[in-house]
Amino acid sequence: MGKETFEPRIIGFLCNWCCYAAADSAGVARFQYPPNIRTIRIMCTGRMDPLFIIDAFSVGTDGVFVGG
Amino acid sequence: MGNFTARVRREPRYIDLGLCTACGICANYCPVIIGDAYNENLALTKGPHRDYVQAVPASFYIDPAACLYLNHETCQICVSACQAKAINFYEQEETVDLEVGAVILAPGFGRISEEVLSTYGYGRLADVVTGMEFERLTSASGPTMGKIIRPSDGQHAHRIAFLQCIGSRDVSCGNGYCSSVCCMYAVKEAVVAKEHDPDIEISIFYMDMRTQGKEFDYARLRAKEKGVRFVRSRVAGVQENGNALEISYVNEAGKHLKESFDMVVLPEGLESPGDAQSLARAAGIDLNHYHFCSTGSFVPLQTTRPGIFVSGAFQGPKDVPESVTDASGAAALAAEALKMVRGSRVESKEYPAEIDIGQAPRIGVFVCSCGTNVGGVVDVKAVADYAASLDDVVFADMNLFSCAQNTQEAITEKISENRLNRVVVAACTPRTHEPLFQETLKNAGLNPCLFEMANIRDHCSWVHAAVPAEATEKSKDLVRMAVAKARRLEPLPEQKLPVTHKAALVIGGGMAGMTAALSIAGQGFDCFLVEESGELGGNLRHIRFMLSGEDPRKILQDTEERVRSNPHIHVYTNSSVEDVSGYVGNFVASIRTPEGHENLEHGVIVVATGGKPYEPKQYLYGKSTQVVTQGELEERLSDSDEAKRINNVVMIQCVGSRGQDLPYCSKICCGQAVKNALKILELNPSANITVLYRDMRTYGFMEDYYQLAREKGVIFVHFDKESPPEVTEKGGRIQVEFVDKILDERVILEPDLLAISVGIVPSRVEALSKILKIPLTGDGFFLEAHPKLRPVEFTVDGVYLCGLAHGPKPISESIVQATAAAGKACIPLAKGYVTVDPIVSSIDPDSCIGCGICESLCPYAAIKMIKVGKKKKAETISASCKGCGICAAHCPTLAIYMGGFTNEQILSQIRAFGEEL
Repeated sequence: MGKETFEPRIIGFLCNWCCYAAADSAGVARFQYPPNIRTIRIMCTGRMDPLFIIDAFSVGTDGVFVGG
Repeated sequence: MGNFTARVRREPRYIDLGLCTACGICANYCPVIIGDAYNENLALTKGPHRDYVQAVPASFYIDPAACLYLNHETCQICVSACQAKAINFYEQEETVDLEVGAVILAPGFGRISEEVLSTYGYGRLADVVTGMEFERLTSASGPTMGKIIRPSDGQHAHRIAFLQCIGSRDVSCGNGYCSSVCCMYAVKEAVVAKEHDPDIEISIFYMDMRTQGKEFDYARLRAKEKGVRFVRSRVAGVQENGNALEISYVNEAGKHLKESFDMVVLPEGLESPGDAQSLARAAGIDLNHYHFCSTGSFVPLQTTRPGIFVSGAFQGPKDVPESVTDASGAAALAAEALKMVRGSRVESKEYPAEIDIGQAPRIGVFVCSCGTNVGGVVDVKAVADYAASLDDVVFADMNLFSCAQNTQEAITEKISENRLNRVVVAACTPRTHEPLFQETLKNAGLNPCLFEMANIRDHCSWVHAAVPAEATEKSKDLVRMAVAKARRLEPLPEQKLPVTHKAALVIGGGMAGMTAALSIAGQGFDCFLVEESGELGGNLRHIRFMLSGEDPRKILQDTEERVRSNPHIHVYTNSSVEDVSGYVGNFVASIRTPEGHENLEHGVIVVATGGKPYEPKQYLYGKSTQVVTQGELEERLSDSDEAKRINNVVMIQCVGSRGQDLPYCSKICCGQAVKNALKILELNPSANITVLYRDMRTYGFMEDYYQLAREKGVIFVHFDKESPPEVTEKGGRIQVEFVDKILDERVILEPDLLAISVGIVPSRVEALSKILKIPLTGDGFFLEAHPKLRPVEFTVDGVYLCGLAHGPKPISESIVQATAAAGKACIPLAKGYVTVDPIVSSIDPDSCIGCGICESLCPYAAIKMIKVGKKKKAETISASCKGCGICAAHCPTLAIYMGGFTNEQILSQIRAFGEEL
């Protein structure tokens, strides 16, 4: 796959209190970033079960982002 | 008191709070560009604006000085641009009379005048900036997005000087006091600047580094490690020298030096509020000689008018943790005043009964255009059509503004028309709007947990404005994932746990404990005050006189009497807490008393176990009778005949503190030395006193007394940590030897008395830390939940903290903290219940194998192990659970269920994400 055409599909797990809030602030400030991530809100990254990451890759995700 | 009328003038915003969606289109269209005051005029804004994105209320307002319509009756472009029709030029100034029982004054602080700043070239030299301006420059969301550039030429600054005590400790400008916060905020700004650009060279020119707050010295040392240079000096002035700024200063040795920098920062002090005098007149209160609110050491939150309280920097210069603590304390005092009418103005809302949602999901999806905020980028109709095509979605539509009142009513109707039992709103962020839509669900008879949001604005249209097709695809994915989760949503009960024991346990009977007990009793609740020793009063018993003149013995006597005679307070002396079980609202403490054991039932706990003086071994203490601690000296000075015979005294500061046995600063010892020095001179004006110090930390208004001591002839000599004074004994007399840097010579003094200033150490902490599962800092004091946001609370719900147990501090600060802790502690007692978010964990006892991993990992002590028959099982204490889910993520048998964030729900979101790959 050429570098130009590869558009990774990334799943993001964001802590409600910090990273999800930061993503909201990025929006408020109109920071532009590539549209490759789809976010799932969790109440704390402590909630991250390794199962979620394995499951994400098993359904074809290119990358997993955990923000907290 | 108890019956005030407060006349409040409310200025018009010209934008209707109820209609404004904070989309910012008015600002885009407004032709008037003005300086952005929030960014210290380093950036520009428009006539309609909000000061910053987190401003509350989250709505815009129009600056009347900038508006063309308000000044010239022209323009009005914003009126047609605003799709929510929120602009209202007919708004008028209003005067509102409020009938209140108590008043809290919290106007904050004022700014140091430009005239004072101009002494250091501010206004004349472009690259001389204030600390506030520098703060904006280092802010990632500031005008330069965190780039530290020179205002004059936009070039990066490489060498920066910070000049301390700007408009502070400066009698020439009328501000003799110390602003208390500038040293620390200069250190912070220096470190932030170094983080942005490690090659920046920063020098801080200072007189005394006053980083006396809890753990602040660690921050100062980290700054030093990062290469921030600290120069003890007096700065004479700033001059232009070609492209650079030249600072002339006098160093410790008295040498005159010059040095050039790219940029000079003036971390300005805190002034009294500009309207302090008019506010004082309106409120009928007195100001002190610096025009801050007049208060007393033992009544630090009370103004001179009963029923009017003060909090924050108006009381005196202070930082965020102390201001927040003040606020809780002032609220407690107001709650005491309003005790009789508590709850009398509460209105409660009735909702229809929850409808039976049946089995099969019937999902409704509402896609929001948010005016053009979403609709301008995302093809909202395509998203709504896509949503309609998803399994179990029986209704999908688009709204212009989903949060508008009429849309809320429409959603309620759609829910009943289509018998919806799950609702998805694709709009903005659940962090601000979920409660609003959940309210709509409740009005429609649906459980609020049957709701899910897809954030297609903040996480999509706003951040992918240039790629509308991709933004539309992303919105579809987010909606599909939200629908997948919605399918698995279940109604969850809104739990309210009763506070069954409406009483408090206060541990520690010193001034902090007694103050907390009196406030809790004053708010109408019973209180058990448990003190380990035989008497109340703690360290206050050893204080003989105060810098500020009050008689501490009389105050101790009065306080003790009020505690003993209060029918709500039950005092247990010679008693200690051996165990505490239960949780917020429902604690049982087992205490050991002289008569045996007793169980006390209570709903909240205040920890006020105090501290004690450090026991010194240095400087021949305990070996020579000439060496005493400041506390012992104070005791001697209360006998004036003996005191009159004291002629030559040397005092040594920081004994055991700041890097010796104790790494921290004890905050009180500098004031104590000044107090004793002044007392000696009062009794014997011809006495010679020399104080050897590291940094004189007489912060706030205490600085006046330091100034006074110098005027009266007390000699203050600085020493470095590396070369402390030496004390020896020769022929039964002690000698103190130290380096005087100005003379550049070793000096030997033979005092009658050497008073050493010893710090404060924590006492009785370990056992209580284990019993209550409350953490300690590295220094051994109790660690609060958050230093700024929750300074008197623990992470464990229902447990609060005050006094020296939190860290060394003067008595007035302990009293504020104790009042604040009492205020916080009375919240669950007054409410009578604890609300439990539906997101808490619950544990299936059949799957639980009792391994205890969850109990050990829970940061909130919200899981306990119980015995069921012969087996151990974990059980959630719902009242303490915060819903973080650490337990669920680590449970080896998947026995833990997180409300609204179950494994199935999260996995269904992941799988829905994968469907379109």
